[in-house]
Amino acid sequence: MVMNLDWEFIAESLPLYGDAMWLTLKLAFWAILFSLVLGLIFSVILYYKVKGISFIIQAYIELSRNTPLLVQLFFLYYGLPKVGLRMSEVTCAIVGLTFLGGSYMTEAFRGGMEAVSRTQVESGLSIGLSRTQLARYVILPQAFAISIPSLGANVIFLLKETSIVGAIALMDLMNVAKDLIGMHYKTAESLLLLVAAYLILVLPLSVVLSWLERKVRYAEFGD
Amino acid sequence: MQNSGIEVLFEGSNFERLLGGLLVTIEISFVSIVIGTVLGIVMGLLRTLNVKPLQALLRLYLEAFRIIPILVWLYVVHFSFTPLLNIDISGETTSILVFSLWGAAEIGDIVRGALQSMPKHQEESGAALGLSRGQLYRYILIPQAIRRMVPGAINLATRMIKTTSLVVLIGVIEVVKIGQQIIELGVIKAPTASFWVYGFIFILYFAVCFPLSRISRRVERRWQN
Repeated sequence: MVMNLDWEFIAESLPLYGDAMWLTLKLAFWAILFSLVLGLIFSVILYYKVKGISFIIQAYIELSRNTPLLVQLFFLYYGLPKVGLRMSEVTCAIVGLTFLGGSYMTEAFRGGMEAVSRTQVESGLSIGLSRTQLARYVILPQAFAISIPSLGANVIFLLKETSIVGAIALMDLMNVAKDLIGMHYKTAESLLLLVAAYLILVLPLSVVLSWLERKVRYAEFGD
Repeated sequence: MQNSGIEVLFEGSNFERLLGGLLVTIEISFVSIVIGTVLGIVMGLLRTLNVKPLQALLRLYLEAFRIIPILVWLYVVHFSFTPLLNIDISGETTSILVFSLWGAAEIGDIVRGALQSMPKHQEESGAALGLSRGQLYRYILIPQAIRRMVPGAINLATRMIKTTSLVVLIGVIEVVKIGQQIIELGVIKAPTASFWVYGFIFILYFAVCFPLSRISRRVERRWQN
């Protein structure tokens, strides 16, 4: 099977896969960025137990974590236009991925903030830091370091979840592979390129993140 | 009152059909979790043995599922089995195959983690009390290992139920597909159907997954010590 691969076909298909990888990276970049911002804001609100808003954020987290991205995307793309809210495929994909990722990032940051040891907070208060100073110089830097492994896992998770956006008619890697199989019956070649594309996208990130994880351990104090 | 369009959910047998579709999804997850757990326990035990090549192989197996998205694996099996290997399998079988193999990898990691995190003194204290090897496993090691595994396993079940929503993309008739059929039929009579149908499916998934996450969190907290 491996010997019979049509290498010419593979070479000709490379630009298609390249475009699709670029789309995946673009979607993932914006979704991850927005998720991080959302996560940071929400986790600070949850940490300080702001009345009212905290409850809404909790509800959002449960909704987002307990429903599949595919259904979220279908609702955004096919459902919402019926009540007058129409978004392009790319916007839908970024909004959907951010709706999903925001809750995961919130949980990651919150886990980090809660893991900053009590003595750190108390020492900060006893040397006369204000609440904002405490957050800015003591809690957030350590929380961020503690959160790195779970933030990294979320980044990989979101990058992989982009494989679902083909369901709302975006020409992503999944649809490129599917079309090539449908049009040319080059099944082995198309699938091989598909797997290779995801390896190229995810593997380096996974290696970098496990290295980073070992590095930031040094930033923790108070154990 | 103005017609909102929500009636489409209750027209004819639509409601029952959607629930039936959800059942297909749950069935695929359930069968996969059972098979995955059995295979995963074996894999987890194998990974605690000190056999280097075997460890490397099983690690590679786990990473394959962690790095390549599940949808890609569904496509690989779906598109390659019939034309390349001349095996004709249904979408359901494809899904159960992929989800079981994925489940085995993740359960294997949970089992390995639980066994390796067990403090050495548990085993030694048991032995010092004069427990036999069998008693040691039966009363000390296995009960504690299970406590460490259950929250992770329930979490995996929730993830798997959510991920089974993807099987519609390889042609399985499940809840999303039935939703699409209802929407297509109602194109003229119920133009807002897609809002209600997808909204309803969203709620259905939530109704299944939310209790599971709650149980997992509660078990985790109770068994922490």
